[in-house]
Amino acid sequence: MSNNLLHVENITMQFGGVVAVNNFSMDINKGEIVALIGPNGAGKTTAFNVITGVYAPTNGCVSFDGEEIISNFPKGKMKKLYAGENNGKYTKTIEKTPDKITKLGMARTFQNIRLFKNLTVFENILIAKHLREKSNVFTSTFRLNLAEEKKMRQECDELLEILGLTDVKDDIASSLPYGQQRHLEIARALATSPKLLLLDEPAAGMNPQETLELTEFIREIRDKFNLSIFVIEHHMDLVMDISDRIYVLDFGKMIATGTPAEIQNNQTVIDAYLGVQEDDNE
Amino acid sequence: MSLNVFLQHCLTGISLGGAYALIAIGYTMVYGILRLINFAHGEIFMIAGYFMIFATANLGWAVGIPLTLVATVALGVVVEKLAYKPLREAPRMSIMISAIGVSYLLQNLTTYLFTALPKPYPEIPFLKQIYNIGGLSASLVTFITPILTILLVILLVYIINHTKVGMAMRAVSKDFETSRLMGIKINKVISTTFVIGSLLAAVGSILYFTDRMSVTPFSGTLPGLKCFVAAVIGGIGSVPGAVVGGFIIGICETMMIAFGYSTFSDAFTFVLLIIMLLFRPTGIFGEKQIDKV
Amino acid sequence: MKKTTKIILTIIAVAAFLGILFFLQSNERDYGMAITIIEKSAIYAVVAVSMNLLNGFTGLFSLGQAGFMAIGAYTFSILAIPVASRPSVYYATGINPVIAGAELPIPLAMIAGGLVAALFAAIIGFPILRLKSDYLAIATLGFSEIIRAIIASPQMNTITNGSFGLKKIPEFSGLIVVILVAAICIAIMVLLINSTFGRAFKAIREDEIAAEAMGINLLRHKQTAFIISSFFAGIGGAMLARFMRSIDSNTFKIALTYDILLIVVIGGMGSVTGSIIASFLVTASKEQWLRFFDQPLTIAGVNIPFFKTGLRMVVFSILLMVVVLFFRRGIMGQNEFSWDGLVRIIKRIPTLFKRKKKEDVA
Repeated sequence: MSNNLLHVENITMQFGGVVAVNNFSMDINKGEIVALIGPNGAGKTTAFNVITGVYAPTNGCVSFDGEEIISNFPKGKMKKLYAGENNGKYTKTIEKTPDKITKLGMARTFQNIRLFKNLTVFENILIAKHLREKSNVFTSTFRLNLAEEKKMRQECDELLEILGLTDVKDDIASSLPYGQQRHLEIARALATSPKLLLLDEPAAGMNPQETLELTEFIREIRDKFNLSIFVIEHHMDLVMDISDRIYVLDFGKMIATGTPAEIQNNQTVIDAYLGVQEDDNE
Repeated sequence: MSLNVFLQHCLTGISLGGAYALIAIGYTMVYGILRLINFAHGEIFMIAGYFMIFATANLGWAVGIPLTLVATVALGVVVEKLAYKPLREAPRMSIMISAIGVSYLLQNLTTYLFTALPKPYPEIPFLKQIYNIGGLSASLVTFITPILTILLVILLVYIINHTKVGMAMRAVSKDFETSRLMGIKINKVISTTFVIGSLLAAVGSILYFTDRMSVTPFSGTLPGLKCFVAAVIGGIGSVPGAVVGGFIIGICETMMIAFGYSTFSDAFTFVLLIIMLLFRPTGIFGEKQIDKV
Repeated sequence: MKKTTKIILTIIAVAAFLGILFFLQSNERDYGMAITIIEKSAIYAVVAVSMNLLNGFTGLFSLGQAGFMAIGAYTFSILAIPVASRPSVYYATGINPVIAGAELPIPLAMIAGGLVAALFAAIIGFPILRLKSDYLAIATLGFSEIIRAIIASPQMNTITNGSFGLKKIPEFSGLIVVILVAAICIAIMVLLINSTFGRAFKAIREDEIAAEAMGINLLRHKQTAFIISSFFAGIGGAMLARFMRSIDSNTFKIALTYDILLIVVIGGMGSVTGSIIASFLVTASKEQWLRFFDQPLTIAGVNIPFFKTGLRMVVFSILLMVVVLFFRRGIMGQNEFSWDGLVRIIKRIPTLFKRKKKEDVA
């Protein structure tokens, strides 16, 4: 059995004339924490959206856990417009929708938190358990699935306990403080029983103390749930602390990859990215 | 069916299509900017008919026509200010429900004021005069409608593409939030949209009802829905699309009636819609939009 | 409040309600109007809850309720009109031999009405539910017009009796039966809403993209909601047919969908109890409470000029616009009735007065 979990190959995403992600390839192995970094507008979230099936890429393919989940090549108008590389290499069209991909074991969070705002914390988690259920509309309406439902509720309680959300279990999701909302979003993703967890800027808007806690937390859930984690992040402390490997995007192109130590000393990265940071004093 | 009769039907269809096109523009522009199906547009078109009846009865058509145009525009803008503007931050479903509410209110109000009985539409003598062109005979309004429609559309497309307010409209329809941040006065743009939409609906109303002789409080509902369908078929948000859609619907409807399927003529419009949605949901001239995540 | 207290209160309330119903039913002559209003409200409540299931709980803006009601009503009537009286119903064009002898017991005919409506929903839902939700609104509206046109068309004369409509539809045997059927339908929908599928529907309403990312198959769940909603709209249509005893295609105009939508909005999108309360309030005010607006009014010998036929509907639509614009959440918002909630409201009443007093002092 191979150790590879996610394999991304020559992904290009072009919107009209704009190439948001250009010929991007990467791999994640089982148990790894991998980070994707790059300046704003480098195409990180777009890459994320391609991998999770939200956007169909213009060209390239993705496989997850040995199964090809996404593959596409330029068609129609794009045939003429296409400005990326590897044109003609891919000839298949596979477009698994996000729900199918989640079912295979890939769960994500969103950059601008997308909770089910008017539902309770507990309901948010329960909904994420729905995809593993065996009951159909009929059996669940007439409560013929009580055993399954009970087990599901128990698992949710356990999950809330682990994530420290038991006290706010019955609160409406949107009433939680920001940090807890982030936690809840991660909890909800975990409830789908993923093999790979994708976190889109989990530390956005957090202070250094909270960021430190989050770093610990991510490591903890990796070990506890036996996960691989793929994270987009701006907080360099977190990224350098946590990642096994790092990919760097700039203007849609991958400019470097390596261990945190290698990235820190890579001149291209410093020019493109770390150098910029001195200008905008935050 | 002889060629001559067929051409006669074509002419009628094109004329009806012209009126539909004018109404469809109002739908397509409002949808383009507010992403709102303005269910009240059909009622505005119907009330324009009543305005015309009362204005011409008292003042004659020469004053009546401009008065109708002004009054309809005022009504359109007032509806926007009262029923849509307060809901700008609300979920989109709420605005559409508000639009349905307005159409319900306008219908009930006209029923209350003028009863549900059909009111005879004023005859404008020069429009009703019969002309013969190459074996085709029809009233002047039948010949005028498509020509007037095309002229108005050319003017409108010019405004949208070459004036400042037109540029603002295009910007708002592309990205509401960003245009607001760029300092475009959203409310002014929206009002302008409603002014143009209502004005064209008033013109369409005059052309449509002159051929049909009477108005009831319910005369707006079905033409209104058909014109929205026309806008969807043409590609919602696109003015030329709405015009093409209007002509398609008008001609198809007339042909259905001509071939003896008048009970299905209304339903056919919606069959056309569902077929279109199946095979090309963006419509003839529509562009695919990508939702941001 | 203790759980036992709540149960006792509920039993008392249900018993009181049933008591009133039995009283009305046994004094049918004196309370004809009240019975009519309650029956009509119950039927509208079923359809309103079915619409709420889509618009309020799943976030799909559908406007096809009248069409599905028409399908349910016609299917039911065709199967339930007694064979003996069919020749007199289809006196003009005769009856299609296929359906001439097909008579089902009334409960089965009602379920058949629901099933046929659900079948149509499955057929049209498949292409339309893939699209953006705005198209759903216009396509379902169009669909219900198509259904109406087909029903009224001369080609369907021997089945639907075309524009003559259907008569001699077996009526309800009493108020209690109407309430019972409505209660069963609504109870099933409530069970669905509170089941794991109902939660998935709410997730779609809250955030489609997040719901999909959580493994919820959007198309399949939307379709499920659409089919079930249409099933109950069909049952509601069958109930309406029994209530009215004669139907034609004009019964199911777009205005009917709008009426139902307004009930849902006034009650609160996403509240079952809201829809039930609103269907009663709306029906009662339309049929009775606002009637006086339509009568000429004379105060102290002076005739008030505005009171004439049609004013009632104007007042009603203005009230509606007020709700839409200023009380967007309707009566119940997304909440359901609970005894605790009622107690909270009752407790709040004195504080309202107190605040007023303070203002007076100030």
